[in-house]
Amino acid sequence: MTPEELKDLQVDKTVDARGTACPGPLLEAKKAMGTIDPGQVMEVLSSDEGTKKDLPKWCTKKGHDFMGIVEEPGYFKVFMKKG
Amino acid sequence: MDIEKKIKELESQIAELKESTKDKLSIVVFSGDLDKLLAAMIIATGATAYDMEVDLFFTFWGLSALRDAKKKVKGKNFISKMFGIMLPKGSKKVKLSKMNMAGIGTAMLKSLMKKKNVASLDEMFKTAGELGVRINVCEMSMDLMGIKREEIIDYPYLNYVGVGSYLSDAQESKIQLFI
Repeated sequence: MTPEELKDLQVDKTVDARGTACPGPLLEAKKAMGTIDPGQVMEVLSSDEGTKKDLPKWCTKKGHDFMGIVEEPGYFKVFMKKG
Repeated sequence: MDIEKKIKELESQIAELKESTKDKLSIVVFSGDLDKLLAAMIIATGATAYDMEVDLFFTFWGLSALRDAKKKVKGKNFISKMFGIMLPKGSKKVKLSKMNMAGIGTAMLKSLMKKKNVASLDEMFKTAGELGVRINVCEMSMDLMGIKREEIIDYPYLNYVGVGSYLSDAQESKIQLFI
């Protein structure tokens, strides 16, 4: 999906992990993933640069669909669909 | 016939292999340095996001991090008392392995960690407990250093073990680290 498409996407869950550094965003993503159903979309807000690489890899390993990243001022959003 | 037999054999071997290594992480936490302990705890908690079982084996200098500053122990002999005084008393007291500079370096790192939202070692132990990370404590090094069970932190998944437990866990772990 393009960043424009992602921006308009209706998400089922938002996780704000901006207050944490590694491994915080990963742990919060994992926790929140347990609360949604397969097919539902989640966005993780983070300002920890490592998260941009970590979460896509985590999605692949855990069978979730990594959809893309949208940059925002001072942070970014990682979109994923539960597998 | 021969091929069928071979396939059966291979299948049973694959099944054996699958059982021999679990999605498990074992770390020997030997170091009592703040930086190395942080690395161990970040990897340990991170691994739970991958649904891995995590076993930490605390031994030697690593034991310092498990001491509870609030707990007092009586009845130690002279050498144990000396060890008790010389060793850092808990995760808040451990120092950097490099650039400690009489504590200035450690203090600077801690304030940086706070600024950058990195969890403190103390908080990481708490998180690890919530995530089911097991802490196994080496009984022999406790005995050597005169550290008693009564001065170890309260932790939900705490065990006192020997090298056999480590080896059993490490044998079936996909990742094994020594920190």
